[in-house]
Amino acid sequence: MPFSWEKRLTPSKFMLLAVPCIALLLSLLFCGVFLLITGRDPVEIYVAMISGALGSTYGLSETIVKAIPLMLCGLGISVAFRMQLWNIGAEGQLYVGALAATWLPLTFPALPAWVMLPLMVCLGMAGGALWAFVPGILRARWQVNEIITTLMLNYIGILWVSYLVYGPWRDPKGLNFPLTAQFPDAAILPFWGTSRIHIGLLLALAIVAFLYVLFNNSRWGYELKVIGSSPKAARYAGMNITRNICLAMLLSGAICGLAGMTEVSGIIGRLQPGLSPGYGYTGIIIAWLGQLNPLAIVIMSFLFGALQVGGYMVQTLGVPAAVASMIQGSILFFVIGAEILTRYRISYTGCKGGRSDRE
Amino acid sequence: MATPFIQMQGIVKRFPGVIANDQVDLTIYPGEIHALLGENGSGKSTLMSVLDGLYQPNAGRIIIDGEEHKFGSPRDAIACGIGMIHQHFKLVEPFTVAENITMGAKNGDFWLSTEKIKQEIIGFGAKYGLHVNPNAYVWQLSVGEKQRVEILRILYQGSRLLIMDEPTAVLTPPETAELFSNLRRMTEQGCAVIFITHKLNEVMELADRVTVLRAGRVTGSMERSQLNPNQLVQLMVGRDLAGRSKPIQTELGPVVLNVDQIEVLNDMGRLGLRALSLSLREGEILGLAGVTGNGQRELAEAICGLRHIEKGSIHLHGEDITNLNPSAILDQGVSYVPEDRLGMGLVPDLTIIENLLLKNYQQPKYSGRWLLHAKAIEENAAALVEKYNVKTPSLHQPVKILSGGNLQRLLLAREIATIPRLMIVVYPARGLDIGATNDIHQLLLDLKANHTAILLISEDLDELVALSDRIGVLFDGRLAGEFPANEVDLDELGLLMAGSGQTNGGEPNAI
Repeated sequence: MPFSWEKRLTPSKFMLLAVPCIALLLSLLFCGVFLLITGRDPVEIYVAMISGALGSTYGLSETIVKAIPLMLCGLGISVAFRMQLWNIGAEGQLYVGALAATWLPLTFPALPAWVMLPLMVCLGMAGGALWAFVPGILRARWQVNEIITTLMLNYIGILWVSYLVYGPWRDPKGLNFPLTAQFPDAAILPFWGTSRIHIGLLLALAIVAFLYVLFNNSRWGYELKVIGSSPKAARYAGMNITRNICLAMLLSGAICGLAGMTEVSGIIGRLQPGLSPGYGYTGIIIAWLGQLNPLAIVIMSFLFGALQVGGYMVQTLGVPAAVASMIQGSILFFVIGAEILTRYRISYTGCKGGRSDRE
Repeated sequence: MATPFIQMQGIVKRFPGVIANDQVDLTIYPGEIHALLGENGSGKSTLMSVLDGLYQPNAGRIIIDGEEHKFGSPRDAIACGIGMIHQHFKLVEPFTVAENITMGAKNGDFWLSTEKIKQEIIGFGAKYGLHVNPNAYVWQLSVGEKQRVEILRILYQGSRLLIMDEPTAVLTPPETAELFSNLRRMTEQGCAVIFITHKLNEVMELADRVTVLRAGRVTGSMERSQLNPNQLVQLMVGRDLAGRSKPIQTELGPVVLNVDQIEVLNDMGRLGLRALSLSLREGEILGLAGVTGNGQRELAEAICGLRHIEKGSIHLHGEDITNLNPSAILDQGVSYVPEDRLGMGLVPDLTIIENLLLKNYQQPKYSGRWLLHAKAIEENAAALVEKYNVKTPSLHQPVKILSGGNLQRLLLAREIATIPRLMIVVYPARGLDIGATNDIHQLLLDLKANHTAILLISEDLDELVALSDRIGVLFDGRLAGEFPANEVDLDELGLLMAGSGQTNGGEPNAI
C-alpha cells in the first residue's frame, strides 16, 4: 500500500473543525442510501426535515424547546466526562430530578410561585445529584465501575417514576391514566408568549457560562483537568481524588436533574412515564461531539433538537421519526471514525508502507 | 578484514518534524562486537529499527552478504539472520522458557517435540554459556535470566546478527560481566553483535569497533586499537565537557529527615521496606544505590505520604509526618521528582503552563478561593522556562512533545521553585544525554548549596559517587550498607546491590 498513517505532533486545528462537518455529510449520505433502499427519496425527506425544524416559527420554537433538556444533559455529562468519569446515567438523573421536583407542588400546591419555582429547581438538582452521587461514591471508594452503576440506576430511576404515577401519586381525577395531577400555575415555569419556550433556556445558558468559567479559569476546574488527565499526577500533587470524584458526579447529576425539573415544570406540567424520549442518552452524543466544550455543546444541542423536530415532521410523509435517531447515531459513528484524522495524517510513501505488526 | 556481512548505506529516516537518521552508513563484519554509541535521541534506536525491519527507511540501501534487501517487517529481517532484543523484553511471562523460545520460530514442525526442543535449548546454552532451565516459567526468572532467554530465542531463530538495545541498563554489575563474556563467546562462534549504548566504559571494555552517532549523523567510526574515551565523548556530544561536576563542600546543618524503622507494603501487598532507617541533614546529599525494585519507589512514596506506613515513623525537622496526607507533607517543604516523569511528575496532555502550576496552584499568588490568576501563572511559567533553559516552541504546548532532557528540566524547575527543605529525586538522569545529565546534576548541587537536604535514589554508580556525600545501598527493602562517598569501593557496592555482600552494619540478607 503506497499510503501510510503518520502521527501528527499536535492535533490538527483544521481537522478538529472539519471532522464534525465531514461526519455529518457522511451520515446523511449513509442514511440516504438506506432511505433509497426502502424506496423513498432521501432529498425530499431531508428537505422536509430541515424546513420542518427551521422553516417556521413553530418549528424553530419547538427546536429550541427540545434543545433545552438536551443542552442540560450534555452539559451535565461533560462535567463527569472531563474527569474520565463515564456517567451514562443522565437519563436516570433526569427522571429522579423530575420526581423530586414534582414532590413539592403535589405536597404543597398552595405555595406562591416565587417560593415554589426556586425550591423546585433546588429539589430537581438535588434529586439528580443524589442519583449520580451513589455511583460516584462507589467509584471513589471502591473503584466500582461507574459505567455499569450509572446505567443500572437509569432503570431504577425510571421505574420509580412509573411506580409513583401508577401508585401513590396517581391523579384520582385522572380517569385511571398513569399521571400525577396537573401542577398548579405557580409550579409552571414562565414561558414566552404562545410558544413552549420556557425560562429553562436561561437557566441552561447560565450553566453554560458557569461551566465555561469553571473549566477555564477556576481552581477546581484545574483540579478536575489534572485528575482527568492523570490521577497519579493528581495524587502526587496532593489533590483529594475521592472528594473530587464525588463532587464532579454531584454537579454532573445536578445539571441533569435540572433537565428533569424543567421538563415537568416547563413542558408537561405534571409527572408522567416516558417524560423524556432519551434526552439523557442523546446528551452523551452531544457532549462527545461538542468535545466537552460548553459552547460547542450549545450548538450541538440545537442541531440535535432540530433533528428531533425534523424527525417528527417527516412522519406526515409516512417516514418513521426513527430516521432522526438513525441520523444521530450515524453522526456519532462517523465522528469517532474520522477522529483519527485529527491525530494522524495520510502520507504517500511510494514504497511498501505501513507499520508492522510487531509494535 | 573479511568481507562485510551487513552494509547500511545512506540510510535516511524521517519522522514528522525530525530527521532521525540522515545519510547514515554502517558496516558490520562477521564475528565482531560493534558498539553503536550516541546520546539519547541521536538516532541509534531508529537506525537499528530500520535494520530490524520495524521501520522502512525513506532512502538508503541495506546490503547483506553482497545482496540488497528490503525489509517490510521484522520477519524479513529474521529471515536474513538479523534479530533484535529491545530494552523492554518481549516475553510471555506465564509461559515456560522453552515455549517462549520456540514461539514464532518458523523452522518448527506443526507438532512441537518438547523433548527435542529442550535438548536443543540446553545444547545452545552449553555452546554459548547461556544456561537457563527450559522448564522454568519466565515470571520466575531474574532480569538477567530473562535477557538470556531473549538471546537464546534470537539464536534459535538462526540469527547471525544480534542487536541489543542498551542491554546493561537493567543489569547488576555481576550480570553485566556475565553478559559480556557470553557475547564474546558468541562472536567466537561467528555471530556478530551490535550493542547500543551511551556508556563509555562499556564501549571501552567490550567493543571491537565503534560507530558514533550524533543528531542522526555518523560522527566517527573507529577500531578498538584507536579507542580513546575523550575523543569518543567529543564525537558524541560535539563539545568539550568541563570535567565531571564535583560536590561543593557545604556545611552540614541539623537533621532534616529522620526515617525510623519503617515498614511499607509494595504494590503486591508484600513488605517493600523492612525496618528501614536513615537520616539526612541540611545541605547533604544521601545517595541510595540499588537495583530497581528493591524498595526505591516505596521509600520515596512513603516519605511523601503517597504510601501507607505500617510501622515506624518519619520525622521532618523533628515533626512527625508519618502518614500525613500528601498535600500536608508538600506544605512542609517536601518535594519529589519521581521516576515516572511523564505520568506522575508531569501530565502529558496538559500544557507547560498547566504543568508548572501543579504544585503551587493553591498559593494566593496564583489563585483566589475560586478563580485562578491567569496572568501571574503565565508570567511565572515564562520565567521558569527561561531560567531553567527548557526548550519549547510555546508555553501552550502539551508537555508530551518535549524531549526527555527538557521534561526533566521542567520538572526540576517546578520542584525547585517550591523552595524545598527536603528533595527526593529518583533516577534523575535516567535516559538523558550527557549534556542534560550535567545540567540536572548542576541543579541538584545548587540546591544542596542552598541547604536543601537531598535524597538521591539512583542506579548509576558514577552519578551517585559524583554527587553524594554518603552512599547507601538498598537491597530487598533494607539499607544493606552505608559509606562516606569518598571511601566507596565500587566493587563492594556492586556486590551489595546484587545482595551478596557483607554489610558493615548487619548480617547478609537472606531472601
